[in-house]
Amino acid sequence: MNWDWQAVSDFMPQFWDGLLVTLQALVLGSLISFTLGLVWALLMRVPSRWVTWPVGVLTEFVRNTPLLVQLVFLFYVLPEWGVTFSALTTGVVGIGLHYSTYTMQVYRAGIEAVPVGQWEAATALNLPLRRTWTAVILPQAIRRVVPALGNYVIAMLKDTPMLMVITVLDMLGQARLFSQEHFQFTEPLTVIGVAFIVISYLASLLLRALERRLVH
Amino acid sequence: MSTDVQHSPDMNDPARKSANGELIRLERVTKRFGDHTVLDHLDFSVEAGKHVTLIGPSGSGKTTILRLLMTLIKPDEGTITVDGDQLFPAPEKQVREVRKKIGMVFQQFNLFPNMTVLRNITEAPVTVLGLSKDEAEERARDLLELVGLTDHVDKHPAQLSGGQQQRVAIARALAMRPQVLLLDEVTSALDPELVAGVLDVLRDIARSTDITMLCVTHEMNFARDISDQVLMFDSGRVIEAGTPEKIFSEPEHDRTREFLSAVL
Repeated sequence: MNWDWQAVSDFMPQFWDGLLVTLQALVLGSLISFTLGLVWALLMRVPSRWVTWPVGVLTEFVRNTPLLVQLVFLFYVLPEWGVTFSALTTGVVGIGLHYSTYTMQVYRAGIEAVPVGQWEAATALNLPLRRTWTAVILPQAIRRVVPALGNYVIAMLKDTPMLMVITVLDMLGQARLFSQEHFQFTEPLTVIGVAFIVISYLASLLLRALERRLVH
Repeated sequence: MSTDVQHSPDMNDPARKSANGELIRLERVTKRFGDHTVLDHLDFSVEAGKHVTLIGPSGSGKTTILRLLMTLIKPDEGTITVDGDQLFPAPEKQVREVRKKIGMVFQQFNLFPNMTVLRNITEAPVTVLGLSKDEAEERARDLLELVGLTDHVDKHPAQLSGGQQQRVAIARALAMRPQVLLLDEVTSALDPELVAGVLDVLRDIARSTDITMLCVTHEMNFARDISDQVLMFDSGRVIEAGTPEKIFSEPEHDRTREFLSAVL
């Protein structure tokens, strides 16, 4: 096996394109999963089965079916319903939706971990329910769940190559394309492997810094 | 400052209340937790401006009364009235109005750890009473002076000792200018050397304001010191009531004597 630095440098333009797509998918997917997960978690607390039952069934379904199947489903079925997103948008929505069913559980645990005394103090001060959530409960709950949410960002990063099956050219997609054109597999695949480690590491540093900032 | 803590114009308005100045009334209140009946058709009232202390063994229902008045729990039967307005049963909107007259200080302080000391105190006056930020902060600073914590305005609760946290919690409750202050074993969670500071603040408030106080405490000296009336609870009933002198010096009931000899 020979290592060909020329192949590495030939791959670079495509690598940067792929990196950009991977990062886009990761950042947007994370934002969707963080937001939607919180929405699910709050809806599950609505004291009506007409709300909790559909939300429960939907999220249970999404959590317990493979992301890969969901991506393919969204990619081929949504257009039949007249919804045409770009491949990347479909992928981002798919990943975000899938991981939102995990982040909702993280939020739920975080919300339940806020001591009951906080709710009681809010009642004693006559704070409206909305304000109790936004000023008292959620700030404390979210602070608690940042590390757990961070773990899902890393997991999401490792799932982004699945977007390849719906024609998105992420890092893996670009590496495969390059390999097929040049019959050089080792260099592009090694490069993206290293890139994944570097992104994970940077992301974990970022999260640790965020955690530290959130703890007084 | 301290005289400014409690200015409720309707406190002395005879039209608001019955002739005897009754502020709080519980009628035939029953509260069960599962099979256990904590309060059994309790009748109970407190006059405006009085400082009433509830004593008795744990599980006798003292704290339950405070929690019912703060609407943290609901009775199974009976009615609760505060300042002539029904608190239970009542629609949510009315509960919110009546609850403005009541403040509570908890055993575990329950300060909001995500807010500074100042915001802990200003949060409710701004969002509930509609005070401007400046008005609320001025009120908060006055109260922090009263409880001796002016240097800690911008700290977070975790940076304060238990005693300091509890004094912030007292300031936070007073910032809403309630007519009634409920004190639920406010020194029980404190290290012994921090108890005196909190009790001093409460004594000060009891003396310098016309706020009605309802305390559950195991600090018998404090009870003797600030109370107009002491109620001895046992198994969800008031078995003896009277001035602190009478209850502590010449208790009539055997259970009261047993209880006092155990705690004093």
